[in-house]
Amino acid sequence: MDLAVFLVQCLNALQYGLLLFLVASGLTLIFGILGVINLAHGSFYMIGAYLAYALAPWAAANVGGGFFTALAIGVVLSIAFGYALEWGFVSYLYQREHLQQVLMTYGLILVFEELRSILVGDDVHGVAPPAWLTGSVQLGDVMTYPVYRLFMSAVCVLVALALYAVIARTRIGMAIRAGASNREMVQSLGVDIRLLYRVVFAAGVALAVFAGMIAAPVSSVYPGMGNQVLIISFVVVVIGGIGSVRGALVASLLVGVVDTFGKVLIPQTAGILVYVLMAAILLWRPEGLFRTG
Amino acid sequence: MNKSALSHALPLAAAGALLVVFPFVGGKFYVDLMVTTMILGIFALSLELLVGLTGLVSFGHAAFFGIAAYATALLAPQAAAASIAWLLPAVLAITTLAAAAIGALSLRTRGIYFIMVTLAFAQMAYFVFHDMKFAGGSDGLYLNIKPVLALGSVTLLDLDRPLTFYYVTFGALVLVYGLLAAVRRARFGHALAGIKANEQRMRAAGFSTYPYKLAAFALAGGLAGVAGFLYAVKDGFVNPEILAWHQSGTVLLMLILGGIGTLRGAVIGAFLFVVLKELFQSEALFGSFARHWQLPLGLTIIGCVALMPNGITGLPSQLRSLRTPVPHAG
Repeated sequence: MDLAVFLVQCLNALQYGLLLFLVASGLTLIFGILGVINLAHGSFYMIGAYLAYALAPWAAANVGGGFFTALAIGVVLSIAFGYALEWGFVSYLYQREHLQQVLMTYGLILVFEELRSILVGDDVHGVAPPAWLTGSVQLGDVMTYPVYRLFMSAVCVLVALALYAVIARTRIGMAIRAGASNREMVQSLGVDIRLLYRVVFAAGVALAVFAGMIAAPVSSVYPGMGNQVLIISFVVVVIGGIGSVRGALVASLLVGVVDTFGKVLIPQTAGILVYVLMAAILLWRPEGLFRTG
Repeated sequence: MNKSALSHALPLAAAGALLVVFPFVGGKFYVDLMVTTMILGIFALSLELLVGLTGLVSFGHAAFFGIAAYATALLAPQAAAASIAWLLPAVLAITTLAAAAIGALSLRTRGIYFIMVTLAFAQMAYFVFHDMKFAGGSDGLYLNIKPVLALGSVTLLDLDRPLTFYYVTFGALVLVYGLLAAVRRARFGHALAGIKANEQRMRAAGFSTYPYKLAAFALAGGLAGVAGFLYAVKDGFVNPEILAWHQSGTVLLMLILGGIGTLRGAVIGAFLFVVLKELFQSEALFGSFARHWQLPLGLTIIGCVALMPNGITGLPSQLRSLRTPVPHAG
């Protein structure tokens, strides 16, 4: 593996890891604060990708701006959707056992997948990135790297920084941190826990939808795309530790590196390596790298 | 036999008798469907040991069903009929060992972690069979000649004959049911029930709970292997989809449909699931919408869990508690 190939793979690993972080950070916060195991989280990623596919032509025709307008509309819609879903569905899960949460959110996956099939069909679709992001940059003498992937990584870094700023510097972030380490205590200290839950869930949905939207031009849009992401996000949460956003970041990057280089170096075992990594971490630290609370 | 034991045993005996005569009254399609139902019943029973008795929610139980099915297809010789006498024990040993290995790691975690970790290990097993050359990749494998049980030159059981296979499956269901009923009465079963009720207290009482949980996990995996073996022999074909994570969700669904905590609940749940699936997939009823059968199934899951969390066998007592006014304290 020469330097240019190595560099390209590093960029791929970074991009994949950062994208995973957007999905897994919401998942880990929903686990950590709401105490709900949400299998439908992968569906939000899928919904995001299909939103990008459906909204981009509509936005170009009616509002102008194409991809970025679609992105903005999608984020607003997803926040509203997450807020409504917490109010109408998820809030009924808090008092229930894990098994019931698992089955009810599993039922939700089936509903979302079939609605997708009815509304959009089962075909694979491509999504065009914005025109000015379609080129490639030269890396070394022969290698090129698509600009859009660099753009994706940069956007993910910005979102991660914004998330960090909100969690570390704001009042609601303080409540989130406190909620992740001790839910009952936060409740008894007078924080409006219902509002906190609703905000955290809506933010988690928005992050997953956003990840799906910006991933759509690279991964294309296809049925069942959320399930793969869901299970890998579980692995990320297990490795990072439930409720820890920092853990989710470290674990996402770790999974990104192992998966990307595994596919290049030992292609026969590509699908399995991430789970071997998880098993190793479980042997070493059963509660994940950065367990909170 | 006292009255309550009799009221338990009678419906069970009646159901058994119905299953015995069913091949003579049901059509070929329904007999085939009943075999599938009984195999799923064994699968659900094996998970009931974990979820219902021990309180361990595994979302990766399809892994053991699939490992056993693959082991059956891989071990059986291509050109001759394998003997059940060595094939079945070998398959069950492999499956139990795999369950012990996965259980040893997964049981280091608890609660939500355990659910996610079992799901992830099942997905790993899925990729092993999906990506490795020896397992035929996503196309899967064929089991060309079905196994037989022979004594000298006399063939006792030939699983290629549908009627024989029906009764072998029925026998397996009865055996697994009986074994699990015995486990529930044994000291081992009481220890598992104690772990479900309060693991801390069990430890304080001097039980080292980890070996008990591991034994339950391995046994549940091995029993799921019985179902996997029968499944592979029935269709003569295995592919990675049988250990996809949907299967793990499906078997949990059967448990909650039937009612968690009883053996009959698991079997009734498997039966209800097959009925629901056939209903929603029926083109006669739903026309072209039958293609989207997972939509009504998903809504049914949500509705069932929301409205009758104790399943169909828990419905009578749920209704009773609705009628009885809650006494006021003080």
